[in-house]
Amino acid sequence: MTQDLEVFRAETRAWLEANCPPSMRTPMTGEDDAVWGGRNYEFKNPEAKLWLERMGAKGWTAPTWPAEYGGGGLSADENRVLQSELKKIGARPPLFSFGLWMLGPVLLEYANEEQKKEHLPKIVRGEIRWCQGYSEPGAGSDLAGLQTKCEDKGDHWLINGQKVWTSYANYADWCFCLVRTDTSVKHEGISFVLIDMTTPGVETRPIKLISGSSPFCETFFTDVKIPKGNMVGRLNGGWEIAKRLLQYERTNISGFGSNTRVDVVDLAKKHVGLEDGALEDRDLRARIAAHKMTERAYALSVQRAQEEAKAGGNVSHMASMFKVAGATLNIDRCELMVEAAGNRALGWSGEGFTPDDLATTRGWLRSKGNSIEGGTTEINLNVVAKRVLGLRDTQ
Amino acid sequence: MTFTLNDDARMLKDSARDFFREQAPVTRLRKQRDAKQNGRDPELWAEISALGFAGVIIPEEYGGAGLGYVALGAVLEEAGRTLVASPLHSSALAGASALLLAGTDAQKAEWLPKIASGEVIATIAIDEGAHHAPAKSKIKFEGGKLSGEKKYVADGHIADLFIVAAADALFLVKADTAGVTRRELVTADSRGAADISFAGVAAEKMNGGADIVDAILDRARIGLAAEMVGAASEAFEITSEYLKTRKQFGQVIGGFQALQHRAAKLFTDLELTRSCVLAALDALDRNANNVAEYASLAKARASETVHLATNEMVQLHGGIGMTDVHDAGLYLKRARVTEALYGGASFHRDRYASLLGF
Repeated sequence: MTQDLEVFRAETRAWLEANCPPSMRTPMTGEDDAVWGGRNYEFKNPEAKLWLERMGAKGWTAPTWPAEYGGGGLSADENRVLQSELKKIGARPPLFSFGLWMLGPVLLEYANEEQKKEHLPKIVRGEIRWCQGYSEPGAGSDLAGLQTKCEDKGDHWLINGQKVWTSYANYADWCFCLVRTDTSVKHEGISFVLIDMTTPGVETRPIKLISGSSPFCETFFTDVKIPKGNMVGRLNGGWEIAKRLLQYERTNISGFGSNTRVDVVDLAKKHVGLEDGALEDRDLRARIAAHKMTERAYALSVQRAQEEAKAGGNVSHMASMFKVAGATLNIDRCELMVEAAGNRALGWSGEGFTPDDLATTRGWLRSKGNSIEGGTTEINLNVVAKRVLGLRDTQ
Repeated sequence: MTFTLNDDARMLKDSARDFFREQAPVTRLRKQRDAKQNGRDPELWAEISALGFAGVIIPEEYGGAGLGYVALGAVLEEAGRTLVASPLHSSALAGASALLLAGTDAQKAEWLPKIASGEVIATIAIDEGAHHAPAKSKIKFEGGKLSGEKKYVADGHIADLFIVAAADALFLVKADTAGVTRRELVTADSRGAADISFAGVAAEKMNGGADIVDAILDRARIGLAAEMVGAASEAFEITSEYLKTRKQFGQVIGGFQALQHRAAKLFTDLELTRSCVLAALDALDRNANNVAEYASLAKARASETVHLATNEMVQLHGGIGMTDVHDAGLYLKRARVTEALYGGASFHRDRYASLLGF
């Protein structure tokens, strides 16, 4: 077994050596370097396209998904080897994708054969970009209060309503969406459907955030007709899928959209300065040290959860805990970066500030969303209290 | 790196858990305290030693089990859960580590078997003022004679053997040597300690300098952090159980969101700290080159976590939590002592920053 893994490691290393283009082995310089794929995606760098095509063809964008659906078909051990080899050469992720992180895992679990064959391979190869239609103007933290209507019209479903906080809906090809199929009940009246964004009646409008960026949209559905085969799971069985998907989402959101390229310690050394090897501002130094400890504690805990999952333990209930801890950690990091950089992190645009300075400012503002998106910190603490600790509202 | 106990460590942890729950629950500490034993319980120590817990990290050639730090950490964690008053930490961990790292062959051969059997209680004598500051030691060693003072030596009032740290050297001193004076301290955690003065006493020099003092302390810190995680876990679980049973306004108080969130945050903090302590114990067994980082990480976070857990234990229990009849106070007092011992959170944050180069 170990011997097989070593053979796999050697083959993987050789393949990566031959196939990972040089510029894909350099650190990403910002959010712009992330490759999201999709029908209309414009690659800034031809090598990024090549890297995605090669990794997609191997199925290594989704290493542990079954090969029959385009995945890599790797075991958990083989995937660990692959990830360590990727890390060793500093390879960039070939694809950033809600399809990979969120939809794929639930399709594998809940979709029928036809749906899996249709959608999974395109996710693996980055051909279709997905967005998530969950929140609505009247259904934020109380997600199950959603009202977007989905009516059975015999040979098709008819959808009317509005979604909000749909990440990158303006770039997405398809949307996985929660809709109301029964108005007489709450959680049991929700279904999970897949909508082609080119269908007549679908409209998107970007939302501008305090950071100046627009990663989210409002999405409108007006008399949108979708085929009957686009419902995943059973009619009115969408809430279970929705919750499952949120677990995947929560394990993937934490430091989204912030400037992770610059280390807060380096920033503080540069702008605050050292005295006898210690940051001159001792109060800031102690707070950065505490933060670095929490960062390490978080990383070790993720590693521990992975080890426990591998040993067969059920750690899915820990997703909410990691979401809270990860979001808090990133928000703290961004605050410390702004503090460490002083007035260099108070710019907005122009030549007076370096791109890194501006990224620190924008990343700080963007991080404010980390404790809101994917379930607020408060909602996730509710989940931890109820599902993990067994604290109930009434007993 | 691994966070998973192997079979030996798992079995040891289970037997420690059963034994401490049955033979040394918190009521035993309470009885010791009420009888003014100040941490003395030779019968309990004999039973603990008979189970082999005093020799977990000591190699088989010296009469121990040679199982390593992860295994001993598991025992210490279980001991921390019920606030077991015994020299397990001072002797089986700190004292034994000091001899393993700094003992000459003759010193090891003489003392390790006795520490493993529990016949001898060893402890490390480090601090000389109100705060942990090993680098500022004023211990003098001239002509084979040791002079100086040590403060709040853990289990110093019951120890047979002191490993005395100077800034850059270590010495072995038998407690009954002429010129050793100990003043027994009656401490808040009912465990006792001692201030010890050495007036030109006969001492044996051990191997190693400041780096070995640090290495020994790091073992003591990591093992203590394991005990602290045990105490914090138990404090949390008792509190969580109370939230599920205590009723006010016609419902269990655990149904109130303000309390649910505090419990959830405490749980998260505890799990993050547990990962650090497990990783630190594993780093010792792997002989990793960044043990110092792990030690400060584990001790700082364990200090913060046990502080939070025990303070929340008092507050979330309300009135009963501040009464002596409840165990919350016992957890709070022991927490404070372990926080201070071998450096608290601020000492280790400072050290961590230095280790990371800022």
